[in-house]
Amino acid sequence: MSGTSTPKSAGQSLPPPPAAPVTLRINGQDHHLELAPWTSLLDALREYAGLTGTKKGCDHGQCGACTVLVDGKRINSCLTLAVLQEGADITTIEGLGQEGNLHPLQQAFIDHDAFQCGYCTPGQICSAQGLINEGKAHTEDEIRELMSGNICRCGAYVGILNAVKEVVDKKSIALRS
Amino acid sequence: MSSTTNHVGKAPSRVEGPAKVTGAAKYSAEFNVPDLVYGYVVSSPIAKGKILKIHADKVLAIPGVLQVFSHENVPGLAWFDKSYKDDVAPGGSPFRPLHDDEVKFSMQPVALVVADTFELARYAASILDIEYKESTHETDIEAKRDDGHEPGKGKTGYKPPVRRGNANKGLAKAEQHIKQEYIHGAQHHNPMELFGATVHYHPNGKLTIYDKTQGVYNCQQYVTKVFGLSKEQARVVNLYMGGGFGAGLRPQYELFLSVLAALELKRSVRLSLTRQQMFSFGHRPHTLQTVEMGTGPDGALLGLKHSALHETSRFEEYTENVVNWSGMLYKCPDVHLNYQVAALDVYTPLDMRAPGAATGSFALEVAMDEMAYAAGLDPLEFRRRNYAEEDQNENKPFSSKKLREAYDEGARRFGWDKRPMAPRATKEGNMLVGWGVAGGVWDASMQKAAAKATITADGKLTVSSAAGENGTGTYTIMTQIAAETLGLPMEAVTFKLGDTTLPEAPVQGGSWTAASVGSAVKSTCEALGEKLLKLAQKLGDSPLKGAKFEDVEFVNGQIRLRQDHDQAVVLRDVLQTSGEREIEADSSAMPNPLTMQKYSMHSHNVVFVEVKVDEELGTVHVSRVLNVVAAGRILNQKTARSQVLGSIVWGISMALMEETVMDHRFGRYMNHNYAEYHVPVNADIRDIEVVFVEEEDPHVNPLGVKGIGEVGLLGVAAAITNAVYHATGKRVRQLPIYLDKLL
Ligand code: FES
Ligand code: FES
Repeated sequence: MSGTSTPKSAGQSLPPPPAAPVTLRINGQDHHLELAPWTSLLDALREYAGLTGTKKGCDHGQCGACTVLVDGKRINSCLTLAVLQEGADITTIEGLGQEGNLHPLQQAFIDHDAFQCGYCTPGQICSAQGLINEGKAHTEDEIRELMSGNICRCGAYVGILNAVKEVVDKKSIALRS
Repeated sequence: MSSTTNHVGKAPSRVEGPAKVTGAAKYSAEFNVPDLVYGYVVSSPIAKGKILKIHADKVLAIPGVLQVFSHENVPGLAWFDKSYKDDVAPGGSPFRPLHDDEVKFSMQPVALVVADTFELARYAASILDIEYKESTHETDIEAKRDDGHEPGKGKTGYKPPVRRGNANKGLAKAEQHIKQEYIHGAQHHNPMELFGATVHYHPNGKLTIYDKTQGVYNCQQYVTKVFGLSKEQARVVNLYMGGGFGAGLRPQYELFLSVLAALELKRSVRLSLTRQQMFSFGHRPHTLQTVEMGTGPDGALLGLKHSALHETSRFEEYTENVVNWSGMLYKCPDVHLNYQVAALDVYTPLDMRAPGAATGSFALEVAMDEMAYAAGLDPLEFRRRNYAEEDQNENKPFSSKKLREAYDEGARRFGWDKRPMAPRATKEGNMLVGWGVAGGVWDASMQKAAAKATITADGKLTVSSAAGENGTGTYTIMTQIAAETLGLPMEAVTFKLGDTTLPEAPVQGGSWTAASVGSAVKSTCEALGEKLLKLAQKLGDSPLKGAKFEDVEFVNGQIRLRQDHDQAVVLRDVLQTSGEREIEADSSAMPNPLTMQKYSMHSHNVVFVEVKVDEELGTVHVSRVLNVVAAGRILNQKTARSQVLGSIVWGISMALMEETVMDHRFGRYMNHNYAEYHVPVNADIRDIEVVFVEEEDPHVNPLGVKGIGEVGLLGVAAAITNAVYHATGKRVRQLPIYLDKLL
């Protein structure tokens, strides 16, 4: 195969959209940011709000590394624009717990060694919290299935399952009593 | 009082765990230094040809776009190939990004757009017009079957194929005989974290380069040689790496491009690759293998031939040790191994977890299963009958080898004795159930490494070495070793890594970090211990007076006589009365050439697998995996287990899911994203289990460790393939086992 490719398009390119003020409520705090409308929530968090705990593994909704909670529901933050989330309550891994004040899921992930490199971990934990909020997962098979939107290339799935199960079980015991 | 400071061999949680689970751990593209600008790479749509023209004007006219770098405007850089050679480069001439108008592989980086924001750089890159002249490419290894050549010894660690005795004669004597071909396609490492770098440009022109890499020193020497910088001008840092698996052994092009942009623009620059671009560099090569073997009446192997062919690039000769494992895993007098590569228009392959062995053990271990059936022997029994008591490749005894114990332990736990020999013998509803076994062998290596240790008057110890942490547990095991050597609680110890201002460590690969850096940490802490003992002996009527270093031990925050534990001093008292603010020591460790000459040092494993195959749908479910690993001493039961669990997931992936598929019309990998490049998710993983058969090995290194990052992958794909045969009676010889192969 051989040939010469031609320029894609002649003429003027569209001017890029200007940035405008956007207020995002993240982990209970208002962040006043200057964002162009084509900024994803993921990039807004990482590059503009300085919250790099939320990870980028694909930018296409394929891996779950960017999972955050929006009004308690888990979403892929790479698949939504930041401007669409004005007024919503956004929780990132930084909001779930901090060193010295860990969320039960964070502690369970450490105890069960539910990660290796740690890069999928914030997404896994936010996803697990979303799962618990949904109130759906009870059995191991349900947890496996409903945690399957979050890839872990290190293959820490056994630990992830056990960590999530432990917290789910404690929750349901607490609910019953 | 018994010791509370024996940490090695226990199962402490990762010391960096809290940082990782809270998002506080900083990966390379997350250092938000002030006034960052953003790069975005433009990748070539053609696999071979020339760049005729880069029409940058339109893009440069957009406010906020700072520069378009390409071969048309890169400044004169280092001229000779050797400046671009990194520590782990194979033979040949390394790829130089933006060097000239030549396109050598699909998705080659051909331009870098830099702009004020990431969004703008991405947009500008998407509309950048580039004219190419395409020429005919070759990307299909199948078309090169008769065109391979035996490679040179360009790459460190490469061993030419072994030949001993006369394999043809051995095979001629055999009563049973098999010969088959085994194939797997290309695979890409695909760590979760995208390759990326943040280059902090300081006002004095110095750079701090946060790069995704498995070797900060390797990157520093690359950058200094290519850009003519001094070491002080180019500090390279990697505190956390979101997975490597070999992808970060060599400096990747985000490093070159971001440093180029920072130096030219005198700005701090961030550059991340996209997931698609993660398929534009090294990979495990598409490999064609043939194994031939024959047995005598008692099931003894009489002859073995194993040959392999895979691609390399046109510019470098990549090699890995694919076939040599077949000369040492089993006893066989007559062995002929063959290994060839053929150049194609692709990027150079790159070591990927257990490079060579993962490939070779798949072919060898499926062939062993086929041979066992041909000889009418249970596959595990067949392996026992051909157990290698010594390394016949090297004609040396093993420094230690408990593979037989691993067989016993695994068989007992798995219930192997209940396995019917015949395929298709077990059914559960719609599911055909099968059991398979396979295993492998991997090098126990060690490299030179250095470390430094400092203890302050408050009893806090800081130890450092520029090793890497890509999920392997480096922070944790080094903390354990340091704390135990000086008798401290782990909380009193901080381990620092991943920074070229720290003592040098080798690239994080080859499963050698525990042995190399661990030994350096141990010897450094011992050197510090000798200084502490001297200080302790200066105290007025010290109970340790006259004691030699060998006579004392550091336990529970004390230095005490080994023979009389009551003769002790408290370490903190020593430090405080000494009047010193801090005490420092440095040391290094390197392999012992004498023991290396005497012994063959290797880890081994055996994997037992149960699969359930849906007869109508052809789907394979891996319901049970038991991986028994004999890899010397285990430093941390928790993190070591996780490494092997991860390897099992990789093996399941290799067997059933992973393959980068090339469309040869375009010379391009087509499934270059996480939706179409399949890896397991949580629902794919059922009951998987790891057992360590620990070996006491006084020869391998001062710690007795063999490394655990790679051996666990061996045999997994083969055991699954063998279990699929046992379940269905169908012998699959090409991975991955998609359902079409079973219908
Ligand atoms: S980064 Fe959003 S799903 Fe992968
Ligand atoms: S811990 Fe590395 S990807 Fe999940």
